[in-house]
Amino acid sequence: MVMDIKSHTHHISQQYNLELDEIKTKLSEMGGLAQRQVNDAIQSLIDADSETAERVVRDDDDVNDMEVDIDEDCIRILARRQPAASDLRLVIAVTKAITDLERVGDEASKIARQALALSGEGSSAPRGYVEVRHIGGHVSRMLSDALDAFARLDIELALRVVQTDRTVDMEYNSAMREMITFMIEDPRSITRALNIMWSLRALERIGDHARNLAQYVVYLVKGEDVRHETYDEIQEQIQDDKAD
Amino acid sequence: MLEETTKRNHETAPASSADAAVAAAPRPQTQGNPMAMEDESIKLEINNLNLFYGKDQALKNINLKIPEKKVTAFIGPSGCGKSTLLRCFNRMNDLVDSCRIEGKLLMDGNNIYDKKVDVAELRRQVGMVFQKPNPFPKSIYENVAYGLRLQGVKSRRVLDEVVEKSLRGAALWEEVKDRLHDNAFGLSGGQQQRLVIARAIAIEPEVILLDEPASALDPISTLKIEELIYELKNHYTIVIVTHNMQQAARVSDYTAFMYMGDLVEFGDTDSLFTNPTNKQTEDYITGRYG
Repeated sequence: MVMDIKSHTHHISQQYNLELDEIKTKLSEMGGLAQRQVNDAIQSLIDADSETAERVVRDDDDVNDMEVDIDEDCIRILARRQPAASDLRLVIAVTKAITDLERVGDEASKIARQALALSGEGSSAPRGYVEVRHIGGHVSRMLSDALDAFARLDIELALRVVQTDRTVDMEYNSAMREMITFMIEDPRSITRALNIMWSLRALERIGDHARNLAQYVVYLVKGEDVRHETYDEIQEQIQDDKAD
Repeated sequence: MLEETTKRNHETAPASSADAAVAAAPRPQTQGNPMAMEDESIKLEINNLNLFYGKDQALKNINLKIPEKKVTAFIGPSGCGKSTLLRCFNRMNDLVDSCRIEGKLLMDGNNIYDKKVDVAELRRQVGMVFQKPNPFPKSIYENVAYGLRLQGVKSRRVLDEVVEKSLRGAALWEEVKDRLHDNAFGLSGGQQQRLVIARAIAIEPEVILLDEPASALDPISTLKIEELIYELKNHYTIVIVTHNMQQAARVSDYTAFMYMGDLVEFGDTDSLFTNPTNKQTEDYITGRYG
């Protein structure tokens, strides 16, 4: 059965409603934090802003703490409430989502570390920043859309995130080729180019995590496990369900 | 989704206006994941079954296939008709004067409500265990041997063999082998329930009906009964009625959700407990307002 947004507020047990509501709220908070980390990391790289970069590295602990905290809540609900059906899917989706968000935090702090390394060298208009800005913009939007889709149980939006991930993968590949060209043209730039490449790699991974989040939304709403499926396959599955 | 026009009984007087609203709406029966049933051989089949207690309709146009050597659980709120449906399988409802049944109930393709059917033989084939353990006021040994003695078996050797085999089958042998001739009432509730199951399997039935078999037992005895059900399904088709949804989720292969005399949803247990297709099922198993 397709669940709606208010599904978790109609239990006979009010306490149960509150517990499920709490993990949803905390997931949104954690998502917001991870999102800010990503945006700050990208900005610190582009602006060579070591202060922001340091803060991103430092704040990664907060994301980690939230993961542990929400995980404990989910385990407690599983142990005490034995959730079924959409409640079960919510708890499972949340435990999976926080793992991805924690990794998003890790990737953001990787980018911030590259930013710190690059800001130490201080050079204007370095090559590759256009790509970082461009792919970073995509990825940041994917993450915020995936979190919105989670909060609103919006499958269409989740699908768009999966679709954007394909674009990001393509742009990542083309950016890689470009960075290799830079390195061939000017071997002195290899160290810097590698820093940028690591950052681009981290951004691409964040896109993958956002796609995972979107797939959990499909699982949460439809009960269909669409991991490892292509965009077309997922869309087909959702269309089939609609036809039923 | 399997849509059916449910025949309404106009004589039924619903208890409240809320009930009236539910009763008035045509209720589609949903079939959760029908693919899962394809490979099963069917032991019991119910076609368009309606059951009335006097003027009240207790079961409304039930259609259901129960697979062989699997555990099928009936869940639903009190008074939804699950025990009534269970009792149809060995014609226990024949004992209720006001009870009237329409439709077919087939076992291995033969209608068990056919006039030619020998009810005593049917009940040998379809054993039943109730909520409260009901051993006879006899020894443990005589409880298990009772059915065979009724059938005229006198050989001590045969009786000894069957008693041991049945008690082993009911996971009770190790606990009672040294006191087989003690009175059965000396056993604990959980042991008594397993004794009753041993008594049921002694006469080699094909189907075992369990009506809330563990609801009067402590958690450890309950787990032993559940473990036993898991063993028994290798040899018997098992149908269990339970109020305990976690129990249904733990022991059954298929689950039927019933509500106010309707079979609302039937499907494989994994799908029904993770992604039910019907909202009422969802609300019931997750503990929401109906």
